[in-house]
Amino acid sequence: MSDTVVGANPDPHVSGDEPNRRDFIHIAAGAAAVGAVAGLAWPFIDQMNPAADTLALASIEFDLSKVVEGQQVVVKWRGKPLFVRYRTAKEIAEAVKDDHADLRDPEPDEVRHKPGKPQYLILVGVCTHLGCVPNFGLGDYGGWLCPCHGSVYDTSGRIRKGPAPKNLAVPDYSFLSDTKIKVG
Amino acid sequence: MSAHSTYEPKTGFERWMDMRLPIIRMTHDTVLTFPTPKNLNYWWTFGGILALCLAMQIVTGIILAMHYVPHVDFAFNSVERIMRDVNYGWLVRYTHASGASMFFLAVYIHIFRNLYYGSYKAPREVLWILGCVIYLLMIITAFMGYVLPWGQMSFHGAVVITNLLGAIPLIGPAITTWLWGGFAVDDPTLNRFFSLHYLLPFVIAGVVALHIWALHVPGNNNPTGVNVTSKDDTVPFHPYYTVKDGFAIVVFLILFGFFVFWYPEALMSPDNFVQANPLVTPQHIVPEWYLLPFYAILRSIPNKLGGVIAMFSAIAVLFVLPWLDTSKVRSMRYRPSVRPYYFILIGVCLVLGWCGAQEPAQQVIPHFTTFTVIDYDLNTVVWLSRVMALYYFAYFLVITPMMGLRETPLPLPESISEPVLSHPARGPAVTAAATQKG
Repeated sequence: MSDTVVGANPDPHVSGDEPNRRDFIHIAAGAAAVGAVAGLAWPFIDQMNPAADTLALASIEFDLSKVVEGQQVVVKWRGKPLFVRYRTAKEIAEAVKDDHADLRDPEPDEVRHKPGKPQYLILVGVCTHLGCVPNFGLGDYGGWLCPCHGSVYDTSGRIRKGPAPKNLAVPDYSFLSDTKIKVG
Repeated sequence: MSAHSTYEPKTGFERWMDMRLPIIRMTHDTVLTFPTPKNLNYWWTFGGILALCLAMQIVTGIILAMHYVPHVDFAFNSVERIMRDVNYGWLVRYTHASGASMFFLAVYIHIFRNLYYGSYKAPREVLWILGCVIYLLMIITAFMGYVLPWGQMSFHGAVVITNLLGAIPLIGPAITTWLWGGFAVDDPTLNRFFSLHYLLPFVIAGVVALHIWALHVPGNNNPTGVNVTSKDDTVPFHPYYTVKDGFAIVVFLILFGFFVFWYPEALMSPDNFVQANPLVTPQHIVPEWYLLPFYAILRSIPNKLGGVIAMFSAIAVLFVLPWLDTSKVRSMRYRPSVRPYYFILIGVCLVLGWCGAQEPAQQVIPHFTTFTVIDYDLNTVVWLSRVMALYYFAYFLVITPMMGLRETPLPLPESISEPVLSHPARGPAVTAAATQKG
């Protein structure tokens, strides 16, 4: 663009060595544009994250006396199924027996229930593989079988076979009374 | 082959327009006079069929959006209302739902035609990659569309597929939550899927425009795979291929109509006629038929991240195919030693599709137990999927690079015209050429 020098004064923009004011303006303008786009992009990305009302989902209370021995009740908690299972003595014994078996996600049974309440197993009923709801009473370990990709959980909800990487999650919960729990 | 334009504006308006926006010239050059190899067979008609599929999906989709309600409490019922109460709603919805299957059927034929005739090779790599992008966008669009009726399969399909991204180390769970807009697939998820399902077809249309542009620079490949050498090798697109494509479209529409009017539910899952229930997963969850092979690959790996990587690799490998193929000969017509592997690949993809529809532990041969290898009996769908997935990857990563170096291809014809003229059924004028070839 400035191949030909017109007039006596040399074009100040062709001196390649020293950065001049125009270079500065180019860089500053470019940086401002990139910053502005990045700053604007975040709100457009973050709007897809959970909204305030979604985050404000209340915790739930559940009366355990509704569940009889050997039964499983499924309740909805934060849009997901929550398994409330009253385990039989046989199931608890099997779970404890396998504490030292070859587990993919090693956890003893006693940390998966509240102290003194081994019969109540509270689990998030979401397969840790791809999120399907496992069915109780199927599979080789007396626990749950995920219908989607065949993950098998034992009577403590621990992963024993199939593609899932982790045990069924135990949510944060506490006993409000002997038969009442608060989840979340 | 981007020949000079032969368009001559005839009317005053055309001349006026040509000086301002030469859109009539562009249409004339791309649709009417575009020089096209004269030996294209019916496998080449699927490009036109696919353009029609996209147009039909967009038109029927816009109509459905006029009646559909993207809300977890109303979505399922609004679809039922379209089926029962909206005038011709059943026709529009069945066309849209069957249309997705027909679209994928056509795209698979289009892709396998490409593999057979080596159309992805230089100088058509960008054309091929754009095609892969379209295919990927089609998968995403179809998946989101399948969620909208909010049936049991819609919901749990969405749960499974979005959870795939949760397998990404460190950021996976954050991405899944971001995608859901909550802690589970719920109303925010349905709303955004509707928004994106409406958007993506137009993105596809944009990439299709690039795809056609990239096609019109080198021009069509052809069944011989040899380059066009002279004007004698080509015919104008219109009327030759408008008529040939038109005939193929009519035949295709007969098949389409067969599904729409006689078996509209043949390709739907019965579980999707039950409204979504987050507390109960259907006993047997399967994707639509066109994604079954990838589903089988996903399930064949007993590791969450590994399965997800394998599944995405199955598509990713297509993108780099032009650089995996070491053979300079495009058409498999002249590569007899590669042809069997190609046909095995088709069989493998079909078997993978079958595997994807079965339960993982199901026996392939009923009532026949062999022995357990690693985690499953050898005679199970899981092991069959593993062997088939291995062949799928071997075809692209081992067989294709190796055969290009080791095979001896048949002699190529000098031009497109030569094999056409030397065909035994064509009179004596060309026997000389035929004997010369020996």
